[in-house]
Amino acid sequence: MLEGILIGLQTAMSLQNLLMVIAGCLIGTFIGMLPGLGPMSIIAIMIPIAISMGDASAALILLAGVYYGAIFGGSTSSILLNAPGVAGTVASSFDGYPMAKQGKAGKALTIAAVCSFAGGTIGALLLMVFAPMLSSVALLFHSAEYFALMVVGLSAIAAFAGTGQVAKAMIMTVLGLIMATVGEGALFNLPRFTGGIMDLQSGIGFITLAMAMFALPEALFLVLKPKAAGSAEGEIKDLRITRAEARAIAPVVARQSVQGFFIGVLPGAGATIASFLGYAVERNLATKEEQAEFGKGSIKGLAAPETANNAACTGSFVPLLTLGIPGSGTTAILLGALIALNVSPGPRLMIDEPQIFWAVIMSMFIGNLVLLVLNLPLIPYIAKVLSIPRNYLIPFILFFTLMGAYIGQNNATELLILVGFGVCATALKFADYPLAPLLIGFILGGMLENNFARSMQLYDGISFIWERPMTLGLLIIAALLIVLPSFRARRARLRAAGVADGD
Amino acid sequence: MALDRWIALILLGICLVYGYTAWFTMDAGLAPFMKRNPIWPSTFPKVLSILAITACLVILSGIEKSEPKEAEIDYRRLHEYKLGQAIMLLGLMVAYALCLRPVGFIFSTTAFLFFGAFILGERKWVLMTVVAVIATMIVWYLVQEVLGIYMRPLPGFLGG
Repeated sequence: MLEGILIGLQTAMSLQNLLMVIAGCLIGTFIGMLPGLGPMSIIAIMIPIAISMGDASAALILLAGVYYGAIFGGSTSSILLNAPGVAGTVASSFDGYPMAKQGKAGKALTIAAVCSFAGGTIGALLLMVFAPMLSSVALLFHSAEYFALMVVGLSAIAAFAGTGQVAKAMIMTVLGLIMATVGEGALFNLPRFTGGIMDLQSGIGFITLAMAMFALPEALFLVLKPKAAGSAEGEIKDLRITRAEARAIAPVVARQSVQGFFIGVLPGAGATIASFLGYAVERNLATKEEQAEFGKGSIKGLAAPETANNAACTGSFVPLLTLGIPGSGTTAILLGALIALNVSPGPRLMIDEPQIFWAVIMSMFIGNLVLLVLNLPLIPYIAKVLSIPRNYLIPFILFFTLMGAYIGQNNATELLILVGFGVCATALKFADYPLAPLLIGFILGGMLENNFARSMQLYDGISFIWERPMTLGLLIIAALLIVLPSFRARRARLRAAGVADGD
Repeated sequence: MALDRWIALILLGICLVYGYTAWFTMDAGLAPFMKRNPIWPSTFPKVLSILAITACLVILSGIEKSEPKEAEIDYRRLHEYKLGQAIMLLGLMVAYALCLRPVGFIFSTTAFLFFGAFILGERKWVLMTVVAVIATMIVWYLVQEVLGIYMRPLPGFLGG
């Protein structure tokens, strides 16, 4: 491991890559602050730039920096304006915004910065320890298990993505898989479902779909419902954390770093779930007097989600780097970027290209440090970006989504497809269909089919499902993950309606 | 019927067409040697079509009821929001897509940013123009010179 760390340091400490980390963190922080642009959209916008750099480790370092920056930037706007720009920081506004209203905006932002740093750093340490272990297990996996594992990943996403609406999440996942079958197929390169349209021969563009699913609907929502932005000119004072407060937060940070990391490792969970769970757990663990504080400006209530979401962001890199399975929508986009750079994440990554693997881990430490150093003095100025008038902001957001799709394909037809899908995605968002499963399904679809086809050919039929116990086990877990939440919700509803459980 | 079920109905239609293609028409062009393979290009789509149709039917039948949530935007009162602006911006995006090649990057992008702000109600003409022109030039410089991606800057008749 020491050797790996040294390789990583060597790669990450090069001037170019250090600049990449700093640039990524800055870009992520500034765009992440804008309400409506989450890390998924920002990374999707940054992908063309990252891909055209050509150097995979530099690109991944840049995108990882953007990712951290975006999560931190999102907490800034949720604390100052109660307008979380990122789903993962919604929980931060529960206690952060009340603190800002009490005139403790500076303290709240400082706590957010310090906790993000702690969560990210502890997460990176855990990643260093656990990723090699996970990847040696992963080498035992055959194509049959990969197929099953991807089904587990997909079903976990479906179960997590929609609380109490598993069917919707499932149809979106399957729809993503269906869209992945458009174009030349995994077998014999036969064009499928193109309807004779030449533009569809190579399939639907991944960046186009990512933009249409995330950035465009968010921008349209901003147009439809203008929020009162720029109204909170938060006084930034009282930056210091007292010794007593630090002592109160410390155990929270320690617990949530570990918990957040392991939630992040599970495919489908990610920063949003980790932050909500972290908030809930800390609330249950707190003493009675502290519990009353939660929701009214408790420092523990702010520290918990902030730590957990950064640790989970780091955790979600474990399945991405060692198994090639994205744990969240954001890492799904990163996976797409990696494949475009001719790097196939998976158990071979650490052996074939250790410099990429370790450079990313090292850049996590550097990135977290950079975020802390940059943000503490910048906090008073950061908030000013939010006061860009929306009349200028929205055209620029739209323009950047268009540019992202155009640069990726260099095809103007792609822009029309983007607008079309964007309108569909907005309609789906109105009807409360989760959009992330669609994109994850789309990205996993090709690999899922490839591994399925390979094991079908190896076993001359679907007998691999029952001949390989691990495959069968994983598929059963997948089935349980889909069925259990809806079963539980149903039982809870019946119980609420006064129907007794049968015994 | 609520919007989510209408959407499920539309999706069901799409999935039925997809399923019909996968089950009945796709295999017609398959070469004989491919037919000896245990998996055909249509195998995976066949499975997907069944899953998708099942999920659509579950939503349509309303077996799984979800608690009504406070949505960010209530589509039933869509006309109360700034729907006109949103539609005009979408139209602007389509126009941009159609103009990008023939008119060139610089003119179409400047116009896009200018009219985007105009649609949203901005009327400071000088500021709008300056912002649009400067932003266009910066982006064009970054994409063309720094990233090296070719984009026709000017209309064809100006030699772009």
